[in-house]
Amino acid sequence: MHGPASDLPVELKEVSCRFGDVAVLDRVTLSLRPGAPTLLVGPNGSGKSTLLRIAMGLLPPSGGTIAWGGRPDSDGTRRAMVFQRPVMLRRTALANVVYALPAGRDRSHALRLLARVGLERLADRPARRLSGGEQQRLALARALARDPEILFLDEPTASLDPAATKAVEDIVRDTAAAGVKIVMASHDLGQARRLAGDVVFLVRGRVLEHAPAETFFAKPGTPQAAAFLRGDLVI
Amino acid sequence: MHDGASAFSLVLEGDPTLYAIVRLSLMVSLSATALAGLIGFPLGALLALTRFPGRNIIVVVLNAFMGLPPVVVGLAVFLLLSRSGPLGSFGLLFTPQAMIIAQAVLVLPIVAALARQTIEDLWHEYRDELTALRVGPLRRVATLLWDARFSLVTVLLAGFGRAAAEVGTVMIVGGNIDGFTRTMTTAIALETSKGDLPLAVGLGVVLIALVVAVNALAWGVRRIGEIRAG
Repeated sequence: MHGPASDLPVELKEVSCRFGDVAVLDRVTLSLRPGAPTLLVGPNGSGKSTLLRIAMGLLPPSGGTIAWGGRPDSDGTRRAMVFQRPVMLRRTALANVVYALPAGRDRSHALRLLARVGLERLADRPARRLSGGEQQRLALARALARDPEILFLDEPTASLDPAATKAVEDIVRDTAAAGVKIVMASHDLGQARRLAGDVVFLVRGRVLEHAPAETFFAKPGTPQAAAFLRGDLVI
Repeated sequence: MHDGASAFSLVLEGDPTLYAIVRLSLMVSLSATALAGLIGFPLGALLALTRFPGRNIIVVVLNAFMGLPPVVVGLAVFLLLSRSGPLGSFGLLFTPQAMIIAQAVLVLPIVAALARQTIEDLWHEYRDELTALRVGPLRRVATLLWDARFSLVTVLLAGFGRAAAEVGTVMIVGGNIDGFTRTMTTAIALETSKGDLPLAVGLGVVLIALVVAVNALAWGVRRIGEIRAG
């Protein structure tokens, strides 16, 4: 049996992204490989979201190349993404997950996914009536419905309280343990410490460091990273 | 003034002539609005989601056509349906079907233009999510139409209001034939010019009451839907 070709590793070479005169990403070269979660950290406006959107294939880079599993034209069926403010379709929570199921998967799979994110009791609730944390978990279930090999997460806990953040992080950890490659943007260093296998440190559209998490937190290689870890303002 | 009193007695006594006119008016305007929605919603959605040369011109023309003069639409449909016209062989002129077609033409730009705007606004919100979910073009249209359903009810009401209120098209293509193609608006125009003010006033009151009732019903449906769907 042949499954779809793997989208890993995701290789970005000299990727730039400009909106008008503003360079949001500046010659980023990065390889995302199978394994523990990769956390993109850096101050607001450093280009984390744009990098995720390009790696997801939502946004074509203005310069440079990107390839998924060696193919620049991958159709993206193995990739999924959860946005900072996910769009809840105007239907029930369960119907939101069913919506994303690939052909051949039935409702019972959607119910299992809801159970996996702890929302099985809210299956029949309109998705837009759920709390922020519940919506974020539902967005995770919906992304997982596509059975992705890579899951991109754009600050999924940015506006959540600690309990909701923990619920999301637990799902992320379980998903990573199940073999899904997680690529997650966060400006929360504590979160990066809790989840990261490796850390990509971005400032003003440039990758200043890409290192295993222990190395990054113990011995940052650049003064900017050291300042960021101390909690100083990095511009 | 006894006109007001007679008008109310006509309504209260269930005058058969009056009720036949009311039934026909409702049937024609509701059918025309439904037909316009059937064509206008997918058309508006398609226009919202596609980019092609000349699209902006179509959008501007469509918006302008929201204000089409009913008599001109009536005249155009009259020419199409008249015995020597291209669709003359169907023999539809001076029938309720012709009135439905003419009102649908009148309402279509309103429904399509407002649907286009509604869907386009929603698309800005949904684009990333639906693209990330790899939703194909047809399913996008269906998803956006479904998720915009409450706003689209209001769009239909705008169309229905236009259809129910106009005289020009139904007068020209229907011919205001007693007991066959006479609607509330054509009857009001006729009775007023004949001097039968009680019937004209009665019809006017009923027309306004019906438009309010249809809007109230739609509002109720929308509220219930919103409460259930969030």
